[in-house]
Amino acid sequence: MKNSVIEKAYIVSGLPHIYLAPERSPGWNSLNQSYQKIRQEIETINPDLILYFSTQWLSVLGYMFQGNPQPQWHHVDANWHELGDLPYAFKVDTVFPEIYSQEVSELGHNTRVVNYEGFPIDTGTIVAQMFLNPDNKFKAAMVSCNMYSEKEENLRLGQAAARALERYGKKAVAVVVSNLSNRFEIKEIDPGKDQISSNKDDEWNRKILEMLEEGDLEDVSQCAREFSRQANADMGFRGIWWLNGLCGESNHFSGDVYDYQPVWGTGAALIGLQPTVPIRARSRVECANQEEASQAEMVQSLATREGSTWAAPEKAIPNHTMDSESPSVSGPSVQGQKIDSAQAPEPVGAYPHARREGEWLFLSGVGPRKRNSKVIPGVELDDQGEILSYDVVTQTKSVIENVKTILESAGSSLEKVVDVQVFLTNMKADFPAFNAVYAETFAAIGATRTTVEVNRLPTPIAVEFKVIAKL
Amino acid sequence: MGKIIAGILAPHPPHLVYAENPPQNEPKAECGWETLRWAYENCREKILEQKPDVFLVHSPHWQTVVGHHVLGLEQFSGLSVDPIFPHLFRYKYDLKVDVDLSLAIAEEGKNIGLTMKVMSNPKFRIDYGSITSCHLMNPAWDIPIVCISSNNSPYYFSNEVGQQEMFKLGEATRKAIEKSGKRCVLLASNSLSHRHFTTESEIPEDMSYEHIYHHGQYLWDMQMLDLMKQGKSQQLLDVLPEFMDMTVAEVKAGALAWMLSALGMPEYPAKIHGYGTVIGTGNAVVEWNAERAAQV
Ligand SMILES: [Fe+2]
Repeated sequence: MKNSVIEKAYIVSGLPHIYLAPERSPGWNSLNQSYQKIRQEIETINPDLILYFSTQWLSVLGYMFQGNPQPQWHHVDANWHELGDLPYAFKVDTVFPEIYSQEVSELGHNTRVVNYEGFPIDTGTIVAQMFLNPDNKFKAAMVSCNMYSEKEENLRLGQAAARALERYGKKAVAVVVSNLSNRFEIKEIDPGKDQISSNKDDEWNRKILEMLEEGDLEDVSQCAREFSRQANADMGFRGIWWLNGLCGESNHFSGDVYDYQPVWGTGAALIGLQPTVPIRARSRVECANQEEASQAEMVQSLATREGSTWAAPEKAIPNHTMDSESPSVSGPSVQGQKIDSAQAPEPVGAYPHARREGEWLFLSGVGPRKRNSKVIPGVELDDQGEILSYDVVTQTKSVIENVKTILESAGSSLEKVVDVQVFLTNMKADFPAFNAVYAETFAAIGATRTTVEVNRLPTPIAVEFKVIAKL
Repeated sequence: MGKIIAGILAPHPPHLVYAENPPQNEPKAECGWETLRWAYENCREKILEQKPDVFLVHSPHWQTVVGHHVLGLEQFSGLSVDPIFPHLFRYKYDLKVDVDLSLAIAEEGKNIGLTMKVMSNPKFRIDYGSITSCHLMNPAWDIPIVCISSNNSPYYFSNEVGQQEMFKLGEATRKAIEKSGKRCVLLASNSLSHRHFTTESEIPEDMSYEHIYHHGQYLWDMQMLDLMKQGKSQQLLDVLPEFMDMTVAEVKAGALAWMLSALGMPEYPAKIHGYGTVIGTGNAVVEWNAERAAQV
């Protein structure tokens, strides 16, 4: 497809049973056969690059990218060693990981392009490569799955992949290696009688497959958390968030479910998503914009769907971005952008929440107030609006939450705070408690700090932060 | 009769091997994490004096879903590359396994209803956790080892269920050791609190960056170490599930529960050889010396 950063996306199971022991179970054998259909499709597409995201390649310090042009090893799986060996020799694209890791470091994550002999490639990626790219016709690229990452982070990681692919300008296919429900039978089983470990898991898998068959990637992404909770989805179904970020957070696909079978109790499927409109990369600013809009949308949709038992969003949820009401990064220029967050408390004067100058982010003073609420956390007022009592611990926590919200709206994070000025209205009484709460978050960050006592703050609050951070 | 001469809490940050610069490891360091490395040196010296026949290691980085696995071949060699810190740990290993003892543990485990498996694929790569703990206890590698995988599946249900399973594995291990006639040392390859920084300094061994992630984590670690020092194994195990949740502890893989159970819930004080942090996680080298305690 012209001007699309990817030609087609796939979600595949990376369990070695399918590749190494198809003869032992009709389900495994069926998956083995169905994999061939995807291989043929990819051969027809003839991409320059297959980009893999596998839930079996786990990282904890940010993200890793395979950078070895010809990784080879004789792999044996830690658990399924008795099924046999997985010797491999792959051809890896070495330019793309550099571009992609750069995009990801710009999001503020630790990144590492790994080019070491013997660096372990995960079973899932190996299995998928063996099936889809057995002769190394196409170069591969691989990115790790961060164990601690949440939804937003994975979406951003996917969006960064789209930017990297656009910059690279090559024809690409994306492959998420992930199971659906991931509850393994924990005893020996008769593979011939393999079945999904519970009816509930099976039902959830089928609902997810139904949505994917409709091409509703964004909707699946929205209910991934619930799916995960209910059916123990593979690594919290993070792969779907990544893919959704990469594919522009939309439902504009034509979906194919090539197969769905049990493998040792888990739900293993082979799924294809063909974009029906070209997928284009979006800049960081554009993504931040849409994120705020979609959060506002979600709040709205939750409100209208109260009482519904099926937690997945309805198909009808609109997917367009909101424009007029949602506060957003104003102005297209990178220099001197004003930044307002849709979640942070409304400013009490003519100032933005933050301003971006080059790589720096300057925040206006942040207090404990919450958006759309008259109640200030940790403050009790009388009828006249005079302070009856206040709790500096609650207030400080709320301030830190607000700071975090603003930083994240601007594409930064608490970890990137460089300097904090703190204003307290009662140094003597409040400093020790404030200081302890502050340390919980900031001790590890190591930002510089100045704390001063002031006579009064503009609203009836006891603490305010002024923060400078890196982007 | 065979016996467990000691059990050691033997954490496996690859940083310690990196900082030591052994010939087996490719990346080279200037220094680093000395409190922990010296703790290991002291511990190792005492333990080797007692002439153990076997080291048994339980590592969270050999993860299995179906059953507890043991190594079933006499020799393994290869290159171990740490998947998280490949820039610090690319280690050539060549190790001997006590296959008789491995098989005996598998047998005893089966007898009490555990799912046990013997790993006999010669191409299998030994996990970096086992290698690091074993290297730090005996860099000469002249004493055979037994590796037991960490089967997290029972922890799916709850920390308590998981712990019960590890007690059984500990019992099976003790019985097999007693029948073997061998002098054994158990290594529970685990850190304590496990929250860590997500960035690294330019020079990995720059110790000005090294400190506990969070004071709360430190308090938890100290509480655990205090119970160890007082010989309160039962209390230690009672708070372990909460500790796991509060500090995302690696002991969830079960090594500590396995070891304390195999040691028969020691009531004598453990010796703490040292405590230090590695990218913010809490780590201690702690020794329960059953043989020495019996002599006193
Ligand atoms: Fe570890």
